[in-house]
Amino acid sequence: MRVIVDQEKCIASGQCVLTAGAVFDQDEQDGTVLLLDAGPPAELHDDVRRAAALCPAQAIIVIDS
Amino acid sequence: MASAPATTRAGTPAEIPGFPMARAAGCPFDPAPELSARAPVARVRLWDGSTPWLITGYADARALLADPRISADVRLAGFPHASAAARARRTRARTFIGMDDPDHARLRRMVTATFAIRRVEALRAPIQRIVDQSIDALLAGPRPVDLVQAFALPVPSLVICRLLGVPYADHDFFQRRSRVMVDLGQPEERVTAAQDELIEYLGGVIAGKLAAPADDLLSRLAVEQVATGALSRREAALMAVLLLVAGHETTANMIALGTLALLEHPDQLAALRDADDPAAIAAAVEELLRYLTITHSGRRRVAVEDIEVGGRLIRAGDGIVVANDAANRDERLVGDPDRLDVHRDARGHVAFGFGVHQCLGQPLARVELQVVYGTLYRRIPGLRLAVPLDQVPFRHDSAVYGVYELPVTW
Repeated sequence: MRVIVDQEKCIASGQCVLTAGAVFDQDEQDGTVLLLDAGPPAELHDDVRRAAALCPAQAIIVIDS
Repeated sequence: MASAPATTRAGTPAEIPGFPMARAAGCPFDPAPELSARAPVARVRLWDGSTPWLITGYADARALLADPRISADVRLAGFPHASAAARARRTRARTFIGMDDPDHARLRRMVTATFAIRRVEALRAPIQRIVDQSIDALLAGPRPVDLVQAFALPVPSLVICRLLGVPYADHDFFQRRSRVMVDLGQPEERVTAAQDELIEYLGGVIAGKLAAPADDLLSRLAVEQVATGALSRREAALMAVLLLVAGHETTANMIALGTLALLEHPDQLAALRDADDPAAIAAAVEELLRYLTITHSGRRRVAVEDIEVGGRLIRAGDGIVVANDAANRDERLVGDPDRLDVHRDARGHVAFGFGVHQCLGQPLARVELQVVYGTLYRRIPGLRLAVPLDQVPFRHDSAVYGVYELPVTW
């Protein structure tokens, strides 16, 4: 799995952090998304897909290899 | 499909139902039954005779709210305002919620850092103290007591005051005006007067922060945005009014209405009260948000291009009302959606909306509600209604549903 985030689209809702906190964090300045792990391990894949679905700005793209 | 409805001479189909629709007597927690009886994409008639599209399905609601072809600009001709007063208060003092990107994003990002998950988590302990002290005062006071005035309103007010840097001593002043502002039944003059008083008041608070900044959101706004010229004093005051009103009206109503819903579903109340695990309390909060969806006047937008939804064609310029309360009762979100079930995974609900305008305050709301629901029923296990359910006054005419009073005892 590869994960891509679009910081322009991000509205800093933090839902990705609540859903997959090992993969997503927030910038100190404005709370926009920081991707901690672009290739997360298998046990986090469900949470990452959930985070992508929950993202209100649709700023998370998941590419399943 | 039924035969085409007769049209009036003006060409408006005679069968277009009015919106909003009345909830069923005896079912105060459920959206109006007529909402789910309609086709998922159908026109409704508003207070001014306009006929926007009403969207009641979960998938359509999400898709539309995230669609770039819709606008949240409250100035647009087809914008489906909820009342004359709502139109006035939204257009004369426009904030980022009534704008599209890039203005919306630019303004919203001035305050998003305060609502980041880590920052809001750091408020959990102070919020717990506020809740504990409020319950101490409740238990030491008379019974029966109105839970709205004694607990549901003070707790979020104290929290938002602390966050913004507004003196809680003024809570009576701003609570009265906030209630008027969200009341869709109030005459326009009363709403705009209340709004002006709040704008002036918060303008004064912000001027004070410019002179003597503290560690709070309005100080940061003053120093980082107003002092630098990125935001005018008036714009800052309008934003402050939005945050103050949205920051307590909504959460206060979730506390009171959520308590009532739990009292009416004692098995759910017991499950919540006995839950030891923060994850279980968090799940209960999501389910109550879904089940109650207090922002029941719907998410309002205008199409700026033609959009096809659910087999219907919404034309550029058409108004759109997304009934997020109905959408949250759609089987495509959860099975048996009209049942309150604190054990289920209700994440994905649209109680906070969806798209770029999704509620800024949601992380704060979640922590407040987790603390409140996780504490109140443990501290007062015998909590019960002091009046029959049919004597509880519901906020049918407010943009934020809930109860005006909740007489309780224990």
